Amino acid sequence: MSDLLIELFSEEIPARMQTQAAADLKKRVTDGLVEAGLTYASAAAFSTPRRLTLSVEDLTTESRAVREERKGPKVGAPEQAIAGFLRSTGLTLDQLEVRDDKKGQFYVAVIEKPGRTAPEIIAEVLDATIRNFPWPKSMRWGSGSLRWVRPLHTILCILTDEEGAQVVPLEVDGIAAGNTTRGHRFMGPDAFSVTSFDDYEAKLKRARVMLRADERADAIWNDASSQAFALGLDLVEDRGLLSEVAGLVEWPVVLLGKIDDQFLDLPPEVLQTSMKEHQKFFSVRNPKTGRIERFVTVANIEAADDGATILAGNQKVLSARLADAKFFWDNDLRVAKAGMQPWLDSLSDVTFHNKLGSQRDRIDRIAALARALAPLTGADADEAEEAAKLAKADLSSEMVFEFPELQGLMGRYYAGLAGKSDAVAAAAQEHYQPLGPSDDVPTAPVSVTVALADKLDTLTGFWAIDEKPTGSKDPFALRRAALGVIRLVLENDLRMPLTDTFGDAEWSAHLLSFFHDRLKVYLKDQGIRHDVIDACIAMPGNDDLSLLVKRARALQATLATDDGENLIQGFKRANNILTQAEDKDGVEYSYGADRKFAEEGAETALFDALDAADAKIAPAMAAEDFGSAMTAMAALRGPIDMFFTDVQVNAESTVVRRNRLNLLSRIRQICLSVADLTRIEG
Amino acid sequence: MADTPRSFQEIILRLQTYWAGRGCAVMQPYDMEVGAGTFHPATTLRSLGSKPWAAAYVQPSRRPTDGRYGENPNRLQHYYQYQVLIKPSPPDLQELYLGSLAAIGIDAQMHDIRFVEDDWESPTLGAWGLGWEVWCDGMEVSQFTYFQQVGGHDCKPVSGELTYGLERLAMYVLGVDHVMDMPYNDPQSPIALTYGDVFLQTEQEYARWNFDVADTDTLLQHFKDAEAECARILAEPATDPKTGKQIIMAHPAYDQAIKASHLFNLLDARGVISVTERQAYIGRVRALTKACADAFVQTAAGGAAA
Repeated sequence: MSDLLIELFSEEIPARMQTQAAADLKKRVTDGLVEAGLTYASAAAFSTPRRLTLSVEDLTTESRAVREERKGPKVGAPEQAIAGFLRSTGLTLDQLEVRDDKKGQFYVAVIEKPGRTAPEIIAEVLDATIRNFPWPKSMRWGSGSLRWVRPLHTILCILTDEEGAQVVPLEVDGIAAGNTTRGHRFMGPDAFSVTSFDDYEAKLKRARVMLRADERADAIWNDASSQAFALGLDLVEDRGLLSEVAGLVEWPVVLLGKIDDQFLDLPPEVLQTSMKEHQKFFSVRNPKTGRIERFVTVANIEAADDGATILAGNQKVLSARLADAKFFWDNDLRVAKAGMQPWLDSLSDVTFHNKLGSQRDRIDRIAALARALAPLTGADADEAEEAAKLAKADLSSEMVFEFPELQGLMGRYYAGLAGKSDAVAAAAQEHYQPLGPSDDVPTAPVSVTVALADKLDTLTGFWAIDEKPTGSKDPFALRRAALGVIRLVLENDLRMPLTDTFGDAEWSAHLLSFFHDRLKVYLKDQGIRHDVIDACIAMPGNDDLSLLVKRARALQATLATDDGENLIQGFKRANNILTQAEDKDGVEYSYGADRKFAEEGAETALFDALDAADAKIAPAMAAEDFGSAMTAMAALRGPIDMFFTDVQVNAESTVVRRNRLNLLSRIRQICLSVADLTRIEG
Repeated sequence: MADTPRSFQEIILRLQTYWAGRGCAVMQPYDMEVGAGTFHPATTLRSLGSKPWAAAYVQPSRRPTDGRYGENPNRLQHYYQYQVLIKPSPPDLQELYLGSLAAIGIDAQMHDIRFVEDDWESPTLGAWGLGWEVWCDGMEVSQFTYFQQVGGHDCKPVSGELTYGLERLAMYVLGVDHVMDMPYNDPQSPIALTYGDVFLQTEQEYARWNFDVADTDTLLQHFKDAEAECARILAEPATDPKTGKQIIMAHPAYDQAIKASHLFNLLDARGVISVTERQAYIGRVRALTKACADAFVQTAAGGAAA
């Protein structure tokens, strides 16, 4: 057994690619080793801006010899068949053995793969890994042909056992593997050799490199939090930024700086976004005022002046950036306070889609739709219409032009400053939601109304111009829009027939079935069976998603009971007998079961049970109380089972037979009034 | 070594000396209006083909839309770039670059110097490369790019390109907040000049002309003329009937491509190019540079066998 250590040392690897690259290195190398017949106990991969590292423990020192026999064509088989066999085995004809079986003589290839040493295998696997590495983007450099994310400088590859460490001999495009690496670019630039992973990690640390990304992230987080805490301030959490910054430094040095007073009145989100996007700074908030007052920058060096020069430089760059942001904000404030009209006007010049008109046209449609939807959502119609008209005004603002990710949020600020109601202002931000399956769904009626109108306009618009999603292509995010509508309707328990908003367009049915497909995916995630959903989609009123889902949930609950499960069997049996009889007789047994022709006790009992069920189901259905209706339906299970045990449907007497078929028809009728149970599986 | 320079021109002189000392041919600015140092044929064309190359130069660059009448502390319609191009890119290019920062007084032990991912792409040059923007204490001071493709041709070998935004870098080194306040020559000189003394008036004049006065019909006609002339030059037979020699006129044709590119920038500043037209214009300029690149690789400097 020995331990393998690999380090690929290069120029700076983009932060966003490091984690995946470490994982890919681990997977490709260990898969390759195992495929070649080696085994190992454990493996771990690491990354810094300049290196990818893999440590494999307890690797076997050689692969076992393998002997494989492969049966080939018959002796005297066509030449082509024999040539093909030789090609696939890599042998020549005289190397093949000839054996006998009942059908005659045939060729056998005996392929012996001798055991190979670990260094041999590692060299081969690492070479292939480097040459075929799945970088999102790779490049060439100098006169070479090798591709890597940035120029690759050295390869460290050693095997360590009790006897010591040895370099695994290999060379990739002129880079020979060795046992040396380098530390921090500025604080530990000299080359040094290593003998094992522990030795490597310890020496790197002395040369000012923290090998582990999580160690760097923790160091940044802890140091930044405690520096903020010492001033009575809070560090604003940002996991994405933390992991990115941890990928930009080998030796994190946290520096806390002050934001110039003249910028403290900017909205905190603007400060935060500008600092994060442009400078990769963390924000530090004063819990008393709620304002962002300081920043944290993470340097990659311990400077002799404790970072004073670095901090001063960063502060200066930040001030220049924030001066821009403040300039945008001040300009926007003037327009906002005057009612935002110039922004709305300029949206006429912004094309939404060449077949669907300008943003302004779209906003007019959304406003009209919002007014129409208001009675269903419980919003004030005037407020909903106004909110829709203003919801996208901020798209013309300078701040959103500079920071598109602030759309909506700026709209909320600006609408507030324009003197609009809180509900109207909130809708500017919330109408984009939900942005995905896990995003929050708005609940304020005005926001809900504008959010629905926005998404429905998008969907009906693109359906009308026949730009539907196909396969994996969904450039206008229509699936997300449909899921958004579904979640808005369901989570707010809205009663809203969707097709009313489609009008009687010829694509109406197609769009509804698109909604149903999205609904199936959504409900499946919540554990609702697909056949249950199908059984409910087949019922009338299926464009009312709340109703549909209520029915599906009740049905799923019913099917989970013993009675429910067996009732399905009884229903199916009744339905089968009935369908066959109807096919045979050419009539529909849908009316006229009469108690006076009942001969058996079980038959009478079924009459009683059906009457009782009818009395409960009809009013429950009228009240959309699917739970009660289905409980009443499931109660039929006993009488139906008994009927099939005791009663022969195909009686001698045609009158009795017809009466019994009509009785089965009542079962079918009652069950189908609740859901299309023919679609239930099992 | 790392004593602080005292003026804008001293920074330029130190970079010239440094790169000359590293074996680069110190060239002079190209005598045409360009948007960036990359447009100089010493970069665009010389990055093509197999012949080794090493050049460094200052390039005055014009971006008409960035004009602010000299009022913005760091935006100018005319500014300087320092450009280095070495083919094939040497293995120690990062160290060479860091050495150049030290030469202008940026001590890597006192400052935070970082290579932050930045993929470079020039749609008008049909070019792209991978590299970084180099940060010094959070400020971008250079672009560092390994050219992968130029004019639609794969770069073999790969050139390493360094571009320094001279005003911004100098402002940082000299500790100046407004570009117009920056000392152009040594502040102790008998006649001390600031950047504003040299350029404030021209920034105003060009901003007015770029934004409001340049005649768009004329510009449009010049664009069409340059486009047509470029195509005409390249359509000439390779063999010169007068001398009987093979003379492919890649450079004269490329001059016309540069012209078209700058005319497009002027039209853009005049606000007469709509969003949809933009792509079409960029495509037309790219077609020109690509044709010039195709021609250049047929020449001796472009690595064609003699």
